[in-house]
Parts: sequence; structure tokens; C-alpha cells
Amino acid sequence: MPMIEFKSVNKWYGGFQVLRDCTTKVEKGEVVVVCGPSGSGKSTLIKCVNALEPFQQGEIIVNGQSVGDKTTNLPRLRSQIGMVFQHFELFPHMTVLENLNLAQVKVLGRGADEAAEKSQMLLKRVGMLDHAPKFPGQLSGGQQQRVAIARGLAMDPIAMLFDEPTSALDPEMINEVLDVMVELAHEGMTMMCVTHEMGFARKVAHRVIFMDRGEIVEDATKDEFFGTPRSERAQLFLSKILQH
Amino acid sequence: MNYNWNWGVFFQETPEGGTLYWEMLVSGLGWTLAVSVVAWLIAMIVGAVIGTLRTLDSKAPALFGHAWVELFRNIPLLVQMFLWYFVIPEFVPPLKRWMVNTDPVYAQFLAAVLCLGLFTSARIAEQVRAGIQSLPRGQRLAGSALGLTTWQTYRYVLLPMAFRIIIPPLTSETMNLIKNSSIALTIGLAELTFRARELGEYTFSFFEAFTAATMVYVIISMSANRVMAWVERRVAVPGLIAAGGGGH
Amino acid sequence: MNFDLTIIVNALPYLWKGFQYTLELTAIAAAGGLFFGTLLALARLSSIHALQMVAAGYVNLMRSIPLVLVIFWFFFLVPLILQAITGATRPPQVGAERTAIITFIMFEAAYFCEIMRAGIQSIPRGQIFSSYALGLTYSQTMRLVILPQAFRNMLPVLLTQTIILFQDTSLVYVISATDFVGAAAKVAQRDSKLVEMYLFVALVYFTLCFSLSLAVKQLQQKIAVIR
Repeated sequence: MPMIEFKSVNKWYGGFQVLRDCTTKVEKGEVVVVCGPSGSGKSTLIKCVNALEPFQQGEIIVNGQSVGDKTTNLPRLRSQIGMVFQHFELFPHMTVLENLNLAQVKVLGRGADEAAEKSQMLLKRVGMLDHAPKFPGQLSGGQQQRVAIARGLAMDPIAMLFDEPTSALDPEMINEVLDVMVELAHEGMTMMCVTHEMGFARKVAHRVIFMDRGEIVEDATKDEFFGTPRSERAQLFLSKILQH
Repeated sequence: MNYNWNWGVFFQETPEGGTLYWEMLVSGLGWTLAVSVVAWLIAMIVGAVIGTLRTLDSKAPALFGHAWVELFRNIPLLVQMFLWYFVIPEFVPPLKRWMVNTDPVYAQFLAAVLCLGLFTSARIAEQVRAGIQSLPRGQRLAGSALGLTTWQTYRYVLLPMAFRIIIPPLTSETMNLIKNSSIALTIGLAELTFRARELGEYTFSFFEAFTAATMVYVIISMSANRVMAWVERRVAVPGLIAAGGGGH
Repeated sequence: MNFDLTIIVNALPYLWKGFQYTLELTAIAAAGGLFFGTLLALARLSSIHALQMVAAGYVNLMRSIPLVLVIFWFFFLVPLILQAITGATRPPQVGAERTAIITFIMFEAAYFCEIMRAGIQSIPRGQIFSSYALGLTYSQTMRLVILPQAFRNMLPVLLTQTIILFQDTSLVYVISATDFVGAAAKVAQRDSKLVEMYLFVALVYFTLCFSLSLAVKQLQQKIAVIR
């Protein structure tokens, strides 16, 4: 059974169709990179996985649960999937440690000590333990994003979603975040990453999905994708990106 | 201008006997503060709830919140005061019975705090709504993504930041509330302005009486400013310049 | 309880007179308040320190005391001031209605001042520089270039403030002037029909203010589109 499975997902904003018949899957332990030009629907697709965006047609199954099903307990489902956002979205009025503790205590029902211990372990892992008592506004973008990854991991997720985790970062901070992600991939975490970082994709991705105008145009293994993409649109996109 | 100054008037005895005029003003100030504090609590709690309702995705609560705001915003406060004191009790017989039998000052106090509290709640609701809507949409998504329920997302993520941002407008709403409490004199509540006028009528020292009341209001409004500035500093988030700095 | 509609119908001519006074008071206070408020705003933004201080002091004082107290102040002061100006031996009888007009002009000036000040400050400095560069004087620059833009930008806020003023004029009740609420209160007390009269007054105010604020909102959207 795949960890995440999309079956003919369609989504409209009013009369505008943002997702067209998207079908794909992410197996357990697999790292899937989703790329494509801006406005191609890749961010929307990944947000459908934990129902941050509703969709009108089709089905998404996460670990055996149907996301669109009215009876699915969404907070519970979401707590099992870690998510990292483009703009970090740490809670600015809480310290780094409190950011990690909050959902552990309020959603998972962990005790304060247990949560803090877990948080500290994860902060250490992303190299941010020294910053635990600071507020997000006192950290650099790269540091904030590492904290955000730790916040997602603190929930012991079965999969992690990354929505353009490095595109709001200054160039010199991108690598510190990618390093954490690479390490995570090597540990066998199931990951779905919307990103333009093709270096990251080459290094750890198992599969690459290319989207354009709401459609999944290419869904291939890493080697196939970087070897000879079948669609012209993907070739054009790759040639533009790889020039840089 | 011909005017006979008489600043000693505050130390004369009132016609009721036993008390001095300055004590009369202080008792008025006491009612002004009592009404303001209780009405403020009502306004903040109801305002937070209504403001939150207006930002929910579901239609019905948002509509209710909108109706609430429009209702209280479009009727003069004086008329609302009359409605609470003279009209609403007619439709609630137990309330009417209580009002007739109790010391009138309690009935006036109740009507005044309900009137001012709910009127101000509509204005605070608008600020709360603006505060929540000024937060990045990603904050709400991040809360949901962690598995927080809608209520938890508001309680731990959105409202704490929204309230920090809207401290400056809340400060001016607080001052408006204190000033508006003077309208309670129209239903007979002996608050500060009521007492100042009374002092003027008894002694013909209008100038002295109004000057004293004016000074007290200026001092209250300066103190309220100080308190809110202190609160703003206390809850300021390190590393965030924008927090609380929204007002110009 | 039985609701007596005839009492409202019978009182309509009297209420209408009160309502006309409310409209008159609102219109004059809005126009006068805007005029003096703009002058105050220019004073607050002038380079003459003393002028700034006086204007700021006036505005802050007006804004920190309750309108009811302001009304009492002027009710007491206006006859004395007129006496001083005319040199009469006794303070002239002005009447609550006329005192109220003076009061509301002076009170609203403080609020309109802050709106116009924000409006003037929202105009880029370059507009002033380019006007001076064309050889316009300060007064020409303000009258022809800055104030018209500031007024247009602030029109929705000015109108919203006028709706608030329209509601606030009801407070002339405290000096027994016969505005709309005053007229209704007099009928209500004479005939002991408080429920009918006050509900009617509330309904009229709500209908008017709600429609007006909707209109202002639409105007705001229109302006936002043009810009």
C-alpha cells in the first residue's frame, strides 16, 4: 500500500481549474520531488495531501485514510504528516522550544517534560539547540526553516511535506536547510518535496514529478527524468533551470 | 469676561450635608471607573468572540458577527442607552420587577455596563477581525498542518498575535469607552460628568466644576495610554519590530 | 404589552421638526468642522512651532474629554464669550439649539483635523516640491494641489466621520435641545410611551446609518478601483 496515493484529483478555484486529473503515488520511504513553473499547481497539489486545500473530485489516500472523506478526523490525520512551508510559519510569539512543544502537548497529548525532551533532541539534530529560548524573529531564515523542520519531526510523522522550503531563503542559507533534508532522506523518511533545487533532486530523489498548468506532465524515476524527459515542456523547463 | 472665580468651592459642604464637593466628584469618578472597567471586560470578551466569528470559513457565524457589528454601530449610543434602561426591561418582566424593587443605582449601573459593553464589543470585534486578517494565511495553515483544531489554532496561534498587533487601536477604543461612560448620566447614573454639572448647578461655579472634571478625564486618558504602552512593551515579541507597531 | 403605533403617527409632524434640526446640525457641523479642522491640520503641520503646539493642544484636549462634557462646557461658555465680544451687560440668551451648533463645529474640528492631517501626510512630498518649483506660493500649493488630493483620498473617512457625527448630535438631548431624539423623548415622557418612541427612533437611525455606511463602502471600492 502506498503511503500517499492521488487518484484523478481535480480542483477548481471558481471557474478556474488548478488541478487536472492528477494521479500519482508516494511509496513508504520514497522521496518524490515535484517541480514545474510557477502557477503549475504543485503547491496546491501538496497542500491537498493534508487537506489544507480542499479538492472537488477524485480521491487522496494517506496511509489508508481517505483525505476527502467527511468522516476522517482531519486534525489527527494532519498530526501524522509533517509540513514545512515556504515562509517557515513559525509562531512568532512563541520561543523556538515552545513552537516545537505546542502541538506535541495540545494534539498528541504528551506531557510537558516528554515534549520538551523530544524537542531538544530534534533541535540538537538540526543544530539549533543553542537557540531554543530565542524567538523566531531573532533567527535567520535558514535557522527558522531548520526549526520548522524540527517542529514537523516532533510529531513523529509518517511522511514529511515540503512546500518550496528554500525559495524564500537567501542563497547562502539554502544549503544548511538542504543538508538537513538530505540527511532526513537518507534515514528513510517518506518525503514529498515541491522544490526547484535540482541538485537536491539528483542527490536523494527516487522519483520526479513535473507539473504544468495543473497537470502531471511527467512522472518518472530520477534517472529517466534527468536523462531524457519525454515531454517538451519538461525539457524546456529543465533547460531554463539548469542554465543557472 | 466677568466671572467670579471660586476655587474654594470644592471644600464647601454639599446641600446633602456631611460630604464636601470634592468628595462628591470623587464618588462620580468611582462610578465612571466602575462602569468603564466592567463594560471593558464585556467588550473585550464579546468583541474577541464576534471578531473571531467574522473570520471563520463557515457562512452562518460570519453573518451573525456582521449583523452584530452593524446593529450596534448604526444606532446612536444615547438611543441604545434608552433602549437598555427604558425599553428592554418592558419585554423581560423579571428584569422589570427587579429594576422597580432595587436601588435605582443598580439598575442604572446594569443598563450602562450592558449598553457600553456591547456597543464597544462591536468596535473591538472589528479590530480583532482586522488583526486576524492581517496575519499571513500561512500561520493558519501551519496550525492546521500540525493537527491543531480550528479552536486551538485561534487560541494558541492567531489570537495571541492578533491582540498584540491591535493594541494601539484597542487603546483608543478603551479611551472612547471611558469617555462614552458619561452618557450614562442621561439615565441618572451619578458619574463624573453628572457630578460636575450638579456641582455647577448647586454653586454656580460651573467653570471650576468643569475644569476639575476635564482635568480628571485628561489624567485618566493619559494613564490609560501609559498602561496600554506598558502592556504593549510587556507582550512585545523579541525580534519582531512590527508587533504592536501598526498604529500611526 | 401592547404596541401603540398611532402615537408615532400622531407625533410625526413634531418628530419631523426635530429631525430637520438634527439634519441641519449635522450639515452645519460637518461643513464648519471640516473648514476649521483643515485649518487646524495646516497649523499642526506648519513649521511655526507655537502654532503647532496650540493646534495640537486644542485637538488633544477635545479628543480626551467626553462629548457630553464638551456640550456642557460650551453651553456655559458661549454666552460668556458672546458677552465679552459684544460688551453687553448681561450674558445674551443664545438658546440650546444655536449653542449646540457652535459646540459641534468646534468639537468636530478636532476630529476632522486628524483626518485631514493624515490625508495631507499621505500625499508624497514630491507634490509640494514640484508645486514650489512651478513658482506656486504655500497657499496656492495647499489650495490647488495638496488639499484637493487629500480631501479626495480621505472622502470615505470624512463621510464615515459624518455618519458618526449624525449619531452624536443626539447628545444635544443633555441640554434639552429638541433634535430628533429630543422630540421623541418629549413625546415619550408626555404620553408615557417610551417603548414605542425609542424603538421608532432606533429603527430610523439604524435604517439611515446602515444605508449610508453601505453607500460609503461602495464609494470606497469605486475609489480603490480608480486608483
